[in-house]
Amino acid sequence: MTVKDQIRAILGQHAKLSTDISAVGDGDDLYAAGMTSHASVTVMLACEDEWDIEFPQQMLKKSTFASVDAIAAALAELDITDGVGSGVSS
Amino acid sequence: MPAPYATPEDLRTVLLDAGLLVQTRTDGLYHRSGDFEGVLQGVERYAAEQRTDATAPRRWFPPIMARDDFLRTDYLRSFPDLVGSVDVFTGGDQEHKQLLAELEEGRDWTLALDPAEVVLSSSICHSLYGTLPTGIPDDGLLHECCGFAFRHEPSLDPARMQSFRMYEFVLVGTPAQAVAHRDLWLQRGLDSLAALGLSVRSDAANDPFFGRVGRMLAANQLHAELKYEVLIDLTEAKPTAIASANYHEDHFGLPFGLTTPDGEVAHSACFGYGLERITLALFATHGTDVTGWPGEVRSLLGC
Repeated sequence: MTVKDQIRAILGQHAKLSTDISAVGDGDDLYAAGMTSHASVTVMLACEDEWDIEFPQQMLKKSTFASVDAIAAALAELDITDGVGSGVSS
Repeated sequence: MPAPYATPEDLRTVLLDAGLLVQTRTDGLYHRSGDFEGVLQGVERYAAEQRTDATAPRRWFPPIMARDDFLRTDYLRSFPDLVGSVDVFTGGDQEHKQLLAELEEGRDWTLALDPAEVVLSSSICHSLYGTLPTGIPDDGLLHECCGFAFRHEPSLDPARMQSFRMYEFVLVGTPAQAVAHRDLWLQRGLDSLAALGLSVRSDAANDPFFGRVGRMLAANQLHAELKYEVLIDLTEAKPTAIASANYHEDHFGLPFGLTTPDGEVAHSACFGYGLERITLALFATHGTDVTGWPGEVRSLLGC
């Protein structure tokens, strides 16, 4: 499972989108697809649980969670990329 | 205009020395003098006179609200540190005896109490939504409401009281109606407060959401420009918000099942005059003796 697949699974569970996550492109605006401010916080917390990380203060903003690509980019900054596993690299 | 006082403590000392506020054993909890309350009631009447629609219903709320309505506002998620829940005694003679024994021995007697069906009001308009008809008419629903709010944030800053009143203009309707209401009232609020001789300005603001999650909610709220405050410099420490204009999006429409005629979830907005804070601003700006205030201000407030 790639990081983006995992992000999509989290979004499917927590983003409360008005459309199915499979119909949303990697670059599409999740807020335009119905994700509320509160739902974006739940997504943020679910990402932290999934990869056992803590987003730093400067990442705790709306744009960090605006699309699958944006979330993947934020995770990459925290060294979460395909092949690294679940943040517990040895 | 420079701030009339250097620090909140300076302002507090002046208000206490003038007898306008009376200190209690608890920080942030004050008794109001007759002069203070007279001005506050003038401010309340003046705020109410700013209404745009003379047919809008007016409601004065008690300082408590239904626990179920409180839970629906999701306040616990965002502001757990400010909550005031009410506990009551529901036992019989035996439990009463135990309670008194706990008290006598200096133990925690509150463990003998149970949560009541009410909590202290978290905000004024929170009491309103659960009592509205769920079908919102074409023009939206406009209500005026006034009452107490409780915030558990003990402080020596007299502008940060634990219990205070607001007069609010609340609109429930379409997103466009709610935003228009918020923007109209921000300007009306600014103009009406400036007319009282207060050096006010407005700025985008965020609520004090709790914790790490709260920092993200606050950043989102600021970014989306959902909240504006009417600010004044009472001290050099930081500006004081004496009114606020808030667009709630569907935050209340959704949990309270409010819908517009097109079947969409209703949005809401409110403008709130902070009655104690405006009263403090008047005393800080014009002096502690009302008889020395500008005649025009006294005339507008009827005091």
